[in-house]
Amino acid sequence: MSAVADKKPKLTTSAMIASIASEGQRVKAAPFGKALVEYAASRPEVVGLSADLAKYTDLHLFAQAYPERFFQMGMAEQLLMGAAGGLAKEGLVPFATTYAVFGTRRAYDFIHQVIAEENLNVKICCALPGLTTGYGPSHQATEDLAMMRAIPGLTIVDPCDALDIEQAVPQIAERKGPVYMRLLRGQVPLVLDEVPGYRFELGKAKMLCEGADVLVISSGILTMRALEVAQDLAKDRIGVAVLHSPTIKPLDEAAIVEAVRYQHRLVVVAENHSVVGGLGEAVAATLLRHRVQPAGFQLAGLPDAFLDAGALPTLHDRYGISREALGARIKGWLG
Amino acid sequence: MPADLDQLAACAWRIRRLALRMGEVQGQGYVGQALGYADVLAVAYGHALQLKPDDPHWEGRDRFLLSHGHYAIAHYAALIEAGIIPEIELETYGSDDSRLPMSGMASYTPGMEMSGGSLGHGLVIAVGMALGLRHKRNPAFVYNSMSDGELDEGSTWEAAMAAAHHGLGNLVCLVDINNQQADGPSSKVLGFEPLAEKWAAFGWHVQRVDGNDLPAVLDSFNAARALEEPMPRVILFDTLMGKGVPFLEQREKNHFIRVDPPEWQQALQVLDRTQPEGAPA
Repeated sequence: MSAVADKKPKLTTSAMIASIASEGQRVKAAPFGKALVEYAASRPEVVGLSADLAKYTDLHLFAQAYPERFFQMGMAEQLLMGAAGGLAKEGLVPFATTYAVFGTRRAYDFIHQVIAEENLNVKICCALPGLTTGYGPSHQATEDLAMMRAIPGLTIVDPCDALDIEQAVPQIAERKGPVYMRLLRGQVPLVLDEVPGYRFELGKAKMLCEGADVLVISSGILTMRALEVAQDLAKDRIGVAVLHSPTIKPLDEAAIVEAVRYQHRLVVVAENHSVVGGLGEAVAATLLRHRVQPAGFQLAGLPDAFLDAGALPTLHDRYGISREALGARIKGWLG
Repeated sequence: MPADLDQLAACAWRIRRLALRMGEVQGQGYVGQALGYADVLAVAYGHALQLKPDDPHWEGRDRFLLSHGHYAIAHYAALIEAGIIPEIELETYGSDDSRLPMSGMASYTPGMEMSGGSLGHGLVIAVGMALGLRHKRNPAFVYNSMSDGELDEGSTWEAAMAAAHHGLGNLVCLVDINNQQADGPSSKVLGFEPLAEKWAAFGWHVQRVDGNDLPAVLDSFNAARALEEPMPRVILFDTLMGKGVPFLEQREKNHFIRVDPPEWQQALQVLDRTQPEGAPA
């Protein structure tokens, strides 16, 4: 080996299939696929569709269990959404899966016109939400919530972990009308089972822990980060409350207002999404409309930018949503 | 189910007349398409489709998707002719709170199976409905009606591939080739020929007929239905915009027709001179 090669720094890399779980974190494999297989056992009207990504959305488990109820649509997202609409028109309950970037950006008109405008019973479950891949903006769905929130009548769910997902599946299936769910697939972290009494309830936000100094309102994997930050900041005697709001639309405005009103604490909205048009702006509008004035208000989302490609831990650090970076941001805002 | 050609000719004539009357309500509209496509709609609604006019959601019905939602005026005329919506409602066309909006929408109109207008949606929905019907072992057919302009849309070809891949023998696609779209002749906007060869290469059973030749249209519907191979069927109809009213046929810009008030009466008079025998208006 040459001397030059010896001096090369070791590069950090990340495969697209990189797990969002931290090292040593408890995980559950394919919670979406397993929950759907279990639910569909007694629901013959449930069918599954994929656009050439069944294996990467955990829908392959459904396809294996019920091959006659699985429809491969090929790499064609407009067809995926349109055909899901057609199946719903025939009384079936389609679960359409692909990656969030393709499902939302590429097939928006079909979700809007075919599915939502007719209030069809389609469940759109999209993997790789927000910054959960290092493949750059082609694969990073950092605007999906902004786009989907704008569609009237669409229910939107951003689950935190494996428990949220497995409890959400039957609930979104039984909700009449279209649902968009951000999907964590593969080895999915499991954290909410440690919160006493926690249960996913569609449309409800849940206070996971209390704290006097900061209230973090969060969804998706940022709730997991917020819980970690709460532990870290407790060592500095900073009390962090975490209000988990996995339903983005309709938003649990009552719980949000209740958590903010009469409590003199900094409010931080943490989300795995651009600061434009996501949970943060939804919460801000809610508070203003209800004339609730928090002691301070900050958005801990992803920047309004096309994000870099790279290793996920690096990117989460760079854009302020890793455990350390989120903790540092909150401490900075506290001053 | 009348397959009698005289009855179908009368049906087509009435569809043209109803469409002209709706155009008159608003003073403008996609009248040229309605006149050109009336023969196809007459065979669809007067012969081919299994329907129960008093029960538009009857589970056994054949599904007719109007992908080109701007053809609503033509479709409403056919739905009136089929007895699904009452003729009296024609006068409300395009008005506030009417069940007959300017562009066809499922939530407004009985017998309207989809909300069209954003083009290239019909065939993907039709694929889902055909899969769903087959899954339910329902022998009904799905007819997707579309314009030649929708051949520009990628989703049309996504659906064409999927329909053949999944062997959807219960799917019939009807394409109105009038060679007119918003910016001019379709062939100049984005050339799509050779069309029959394209669909065949995508795995479809293809027929191409003169869409204003009633016997040929009738035969094509029958052949599409009778085919036993498990493959989707497409019928390419070459039609003449404004058919039946010569001064509209010759209009250069007839994608969206604006007609002066006296001209509507003139158009109706011209059409009425072609009234088939035994066809009350």
